[in-house]
Amino acid sequence: MIALTKRPEPSRAFSLAAPLLAVVATMIFGGLLFAVLGKDPFEAIRTIFWEPVFGEFAFFYRPQLLIKGAPLVLIAIGLSLGFKAGIWNIGAEGQYIMGALFGAGVGLAFYPMESALVFPLMVLAGAFGGWIWAMIPAVLKVKFGTNEILVSLMLVYVAEQFLASMSLGLLKNPEGFGFPGSRNLQQYASAHNADLIAGTGMHWGVVAAFIAVIFAYVLLARHRLGFAIRVTGDAPRAAAFSGVNPTRLVVFCLGMSGLLAGLAGVFEVSGPAGQVTIDFNVGYGFTAIIVAFLGRLHPVGILLAGGLMALTYIGGDIAQSKMGLPAAAIQVFQGMLLFFLLAFDLFTNYTLRFGSRETA
Amino acid sequence: MTAPLLSLTSLTKAYPGVVANDDVSLRIAPGEVHALLGENGAGKSTLVKMIYGLVKPDSGTMQMHGQPFSPSEPRAARAAGVGMVFQHFSLFDAMTVAENIALGMENAPRLSDLSAQITTVSETYGLPLSPDRIVGDLSAGERQRVEIIRCLLQEPKLLIMDEPTSVLTPQEVEILFKTLRKLSAEGTAILYISHKLEEIRSLCDNATILRLGKVVGDCVPRDTTAREMAELMVGKLLQTPTRAGKAVGDVVLDLTGLSAPAPNAFGIALKDISLELRAGEVLGIGGVAGNGQDELLAALSGERPVARGMVAFKEEDIGPLGPTARRQRGLLAAPEERMGHAAAPDMSLTENAMLTGSVREGLDHRGFLDWPAATRFAESVIERFDVRTPGPGAAARSLSGGNLQKFVIGREVMQRPDVLVVNQPTWGVDASAAAAIRQALLDLAENGAAVIVISQDLDELMEISDRFAALNEGRLSDPRPAQGITVEEIGLMMGGAHGMEVAHV
Repeated sequence: MIALTKRPEPSRAFSLAAPLLAVVATMIFGGLLFAVLGKDPFEAIRTIFWEPVFGEFAFFYRPQLLIKGAPLVLIAIGLSLGFKAGIWNIGAEGQYIMGALFGAGVGLAFYPMESALVFPLMVLAGAFGGWIWAMIPAVLKVKFGTNEILVSLMLVYVAEQFLASMSLGLLKNPEGFGFPGSRNLQQYASAHNADLIAGTGMHWGVVAAFIAVIFAYVLLARHRLGFAIRVTGDAPRAAAFSGVNPTRLVVFCLGMSGLLAGLAGVFEVSGPAGQVTIDFNVGYGFTAIIVAFLGRLHPVGILLAGGLMALTYIGGDIAQSKMGLPAAAIQVFQGMLLFFLLAFDLFTNYTLRFGSRETA
Repeated sequence: MTAPLLSLTSLTKAYPGVVANDDVSLRIAPGEVHALLGENGAGKSTLVKMIYGLVKPDSGTMQMHGQPFSPSEPRAARAAGVGMVFQHFSLFDAMTVAENIALGMENAPRLSDLSAQITTVSETYGLPLSPDRIVGDLSAGERQRVEIIRCLLQEPKLLIMDEPTSVLTPQEVEILFKTLRKLSAEGTAILYISHKLEEIRSLCDNATILRLGKVVGDCVPRDTTAREMAELMVGKLLQTPTRAGKAVGDVVLDLTGLSAPAPNAFGIALKDISLELRAGEVLGIGGVAGNGQDELLAALSGERPVARGMVAFKEEDIGPLGPTARRQRGLLAAPEERMGHAAAPDMSLTENAMLTGSVREGLDHRGFLDWPAATRFAESVIERFDVRTPGPGAAARSLSGGNLQKFVIGREVMQRPDVLVVNQPTWGVDASAAAAIRQALLDLAENGAAVIVISQDLDELMEISDRFAALNEGRLSDPRPAQGITVEEIGLMMGGAHGMEVAHV
């Protein structure tokens, strides 16, 4: 018989070791998966984890790490605040799209006027777009008790329709020979979110991600609001007893995660992506959920997890092109990471007991 | 002595850092009512868990009817004739009595047959209970009957009862005792765990007293005073709470027609509660669990704000204010449920000190939290209330119930409230900790605060209250001076005979 026994106190050691164990287990079982597919598992793992940072073309891949990692971290930080309090925003993908649309919309409205104010205005508009999109599930939950998981998720598909409509209609490039998609913001200096140091991938979104990490850390560790979030997640009744207003907390957490997702969207559309197109969104909003949990909902953990996730994305791409691994196998590999993390995470609060004798 | 039904020899069980049971031996004869006495953490729970197959002893042997007995799981213990009624009921509110009982059985008969059996057992043992009622509508006493009948259907040779009377009215206690005496007369042995020494004296044949995991004494309760037993339990002389005669001050809390709808399907609506509470007095509020105690506390703490004009604090209308604003003014509270309501289980004591202490202890500087000061506050609570814990960094859930309760009450008392409302302040707390908590409440009143103690422990209420009132179905009886009031009168107040509604119990 195997039984789970609750530890009297959460184990600090295990809470730190769990992500590492999860990565190791993912490597082992992912390696097995690749072996079954007839690929050299060691080569595949090496390609995914080593190639992007230290390989022959690392000069090209390293900036990609920042570019892919930044939106993940930015969105995941926002999500983690809600997740800690038991408020489940699953629709960051939609808020990301709306942030991009609002931001790009403002930028394109000023085209071709050159002004230092254009980009800041776009950023504000993008943040607002993500925030307002997240306010829909927030207000519905607070006023009518709807489930924020369902509402925020369904709004992703609404946002995708908006995106399609905008790239084919209102925001379509008038000089684009009828092709769908907006003007390229990379060619509009005032609206371009360029690398701060050329060739490093270090754009404003990366800066924002680092600021968000610090902000979230201070909020959770030192501020009353962060404490309210943590108490609500641990014991909602104790939170209510201590004076936390659950309505305000729902509005804050959903709003904050929407705002950060919107920011990620506007930085992406004005930088690496450059334009609004039908297939603008690539799933950052969903992957960020994995990043948030992989980082144990801790700001620093999320920073590391975002980097790791970006690594498996880029490494996975390399493995696909170099070794002919199917894209689905890479996705399974990423899924394993979350699965093992959640599995090992359990042992932070529980120990395993084998047989009928207690190991205590 | 007749051949023992159950004999335990040198049972030892150690957990990391603590020996829960050290060389414990015990014999129970058929039909004997045997009391197990001890402070929280004395090892009573571990001992009965070993008998019930929930925990395996490290060493030592158990014998049942002279045969070796080592149940590997509760099912094996039940098969051997051991039944247990836990302190916390495991019942589903939304299901009927019969459905709940069927869920706990291995080979449940058809519901109609089971209902007939339940009726038979309940009539035989004088435990009135209809199998078709929804558990959510039952009083605590009736819920306990469900648990007892669930055990009796298995025809146990030994029935273990863990703190059975903590939620009962005096009348319900009488019914329970009649049942237990009848069972005992039929040859069923009963292992009875309680802190209430007078009860043990009236019910039990023998008592085994545990302290720090060891047997420190045996006695025949009828021939021993409650005080002697208590002193054996704690190993030192007990201090009875003392109080000086006091001058009662101005009205600090004034409830006028306080009404509030039930918070959920199984909650109780508060109905037209009026009350004047004066500085320096202790008001005891009795009543059977589930008659509005939680709701009254929530309405006073601000967790569920009420309409304007219903609650006045020092002549200021605070009805619509939330917990933080009320705390700021000096109205503090400690709810009944320690884990998850008064304290967040996975958080440290420092964080739990911050939980309610941030406003009055100045731990919050414009939203930024002063953790070192919170740690000092937690340490001072730990020190003054003798909370046994490695330190303020320990998670709340790692503390025993009594220790956490001392922390929770201490946290509020040390914030110098003008009015403190506590619900079940000594529930599941050992005798010496309970005495310390009651003394702290009395000291608070002596220093000019007003205290409302909501409790189901009548002895406690009689010991510390100046005035007494009872909650029944969300209504509060008129408070009466506690001095000279009889247990029968209290029982009637709790049963609702004072008011317009029929008795709930």
